Amino acid sequence: MQLPWERGSAMLNDITLGQFFPGDSAIHRMDPRMKLILTIVYIVGVFMVSNLLGYLISLLFLYIVVRISGIRFSYLVKGIKPLRFILIFTFVLNLFFAKGETVLLSLGFFTLTAEALSYATYFALRLVFLVMGTSVLTLTTSPVQLTDGLERLMHPLQRFRFPAHELAMMMTIALRFIPLLLEETDKIQKAQMARGADFETGNLIARAKAMIPLLVPLFVSSFRRANDLAMAMEARCYRGGDHRTRLRELRYTRLDAYAVVAMAAFLMVIFAEGRLLG
Amino acid sequence: MANLEENRIIASNLVYTYPEAKKNAVDDVSMRVKRGEFLAILGHNGSGKSTLAKLFNALYVPTDGTVWVCGLDTRDDDLVFDIRQHAGMVFQNPDNQIVATVVEEDVAFGLENNGVPPAEIRVRIDEALRAVNMSAFAKKAPHMLSGGQKQRVAIAGVLAMKPDVIILDESTAMLDPSGRQEVMNTVHRLNEEEGISVVIITHYMAEAATADYVIVMDEGKIAMSGTPREVFRQVERVRALGLDVPPMTDLAHMLRADGLSIREDVLTVDEMVEEVCRLSSKM
Repeated sequence: MQLPWERGSAMLNDITLGQFFPGDSAIHRMDPRMKLILTIVYIVGVFMVSNLLGYLISLLFLYIVVRISGIRFSYLVKGIKPLRFILIFTFVLNLFFAKGETVLLSLGFFTLTAEALSYATYFALRLVFLVMGTSVLTLTTSPVQLTDGLERLMHPLQRFRFPAHELAMMMTIALRFIPLLLEETDKIQKAQMARGADFETGNLIARAKAMIPLLVPLFVSSFRRANDLAMAMEARCYRGGDHRTRLRELRYTRLDAYAVVAMAAFLMVIFAEGRLLG
Repeated sequence: MANLEENRIIASNLVYTYPEAKKNAVDDVSMRVKRGEFLAILGHNGSGKSTLAKLFNALYVPTDGTVWVCGLDTRDDDLVFDIRQHAGMVFQNPDNQIVATVVEEDVAFGLENNGVPPAEIRVRIDEALRAVNMSAFAKKAPHMLSGGQKQRVAIAGVLAMKPDVIILDESTAMLDPSGRQEVMNTVHRLNEEEGISVVIITHYMAEAATADYVIVMDEGKIAMSGTPREVFRQVERVRALGLDVPPMTDLAHMLRADGLSIREDVLTVDEMVEEVCRLSSKM
C-alpha cells in the first residue's frame, strides 16, 4: 500500500483544493457570486426533472457550458468515479425500500416495483448532476475568487450575526497554510524516520500509534504558527470585517447577464417539458 | 513632548512585566528613535529586546512608563490603529506573517483593514512592491517564494501603509546569508531614499555595525549605547554581555593584543584593509 507521504512533494500537487483549471474562458471570467448562484439554481432545476428527456436536456446544457469553459468533458466524468460506491449503494437501497405498486419481480420478501426502479434511477442521476454541476464551478473558479464570492454573497446575513467575514478569513488562512503544513509533515516524517520511526509495518493500530510522533510536533507547531499569525495580523491593523475594503471588487458584467438569460431559458425548457410529458 | 518632529519614537522610563512573571522583561528603559535614524537593538536571548519592539507598536501596553510613537501615546486605546500605521513591524518567521494566498493581496491586507479605497490600494501596493523589487512576483503564491523574498513581501506590506518607522524583530534570523543580505539591502535603501526610520532587533553583529546607533540590552535594561564604533571598541564589555563583536573588530582586537598599533574601532573589511596598509607602509 502506498502511503500519502511516500509520494513526497508530489503530495503538494495532489491537493489542488477544488481542482481549479486556470483559463480565460467566458465561464472563467464570470463573477464568482453569479457562478455560485447559478450553480445552485441549476441543481435545483435538475432536481425538479422527473423524466429521462429532462435529464438529457440537463446534460446537454451542462455539456455546452463545459465546452465554453474549455475543460474536457471527460475530466468532469472522471470526477464521478470516486463516488461510484455511494451511487451504487443509494441505487440499491432505493431499489429495495422505495414504495410502489407495479410489481415487476417478486422474490420472497423482496419485491421490485417499477416505481422503485425509476425512483432509484432518478435519485442516482441527481447525485451525478449535483457533483458535475459543482465541479464546473470549482474547475473554473480559483479558490481565492470562490472565497471572495462566498464572503460577499453571505454578507447580508451578517445582520443576523452570521460570521460571513470570519468564515471567509478562515478559508483564506486555511488555503494559505495547507501547503506549509504539508511541507512540515513531510519534514517531521523524515526527521522521525531518521530516528528510527517506523510508519509502514504492523497492523492498523500499530500504524495509528506510529502517527503520534508525527502528529504531536505538527500540532505544537500549528499552534505556534497560529499565535505568530495572530500577532502579525494585529500589527497590521486587523480588527475584523467591519469597515474593511477589498483590493479586488466584484462587478457583474454583461457576461453574467447572458448567463442568467441562458439559465432562465434552461429552466423554462425543463419546466415546459415536465408539464408536457408529466 | 519635546521635539516630536525630530523623534519618531520616545520611550520614557518604560517598564513591562509579563503576566505572572517575577522579573520585569523591560526595566526602566528610556530611549528614542530619531527621524531617519537606523537603530540596532542588540542583546542575548531573554534580554528584553523583542519585548521592547512589541511595546513600540502597541502590541504590548507598558506596565509603567510611556511610549510615544509620532507623538501618540500607546496606552490610549483609541490610537492603537494609528500607531500601528506609523510604526510597522516585520517579524521573525517569514511564513507566519503572510496572511493571503497571493502576494499582492497580502501586501493589500493592512490597507484593506484600514478601509483604504480599492483604487488607492492598487496604487500603493504597486509602489510598495516596486520599492522592494518584488513587482514580478505580485501574482505568485507566497509558498513558492524564498525566505528573503517572503520577508521582502512582508516589508512591502508594512511599506504600503506609509509608515514613519519600520521595526524588524529578528527578521533575518531564519534566513540564509543571501536572503539576509537581500533584506538588509532593502531596509538600508528605504532608510536612505525614503527617510524611513528603521529599528532592527538582531543578534548579527555585522548587521548592527551598519546602523547609525546601537543599543545593547541586558536583563531588560540598556547596558550600552552609542554609535557602533563607540560600542564595539569596548570588546571586553560587549563580550561580558554575552555578545560577539563584528568579525573585523574582533580581528583588530587580537592584533592589538599582539602589540600592533591598529585602531580599536575597526568595523568593516575595507577599514581593516586601510589600517593594515597604513601599518605596512610605516614598516
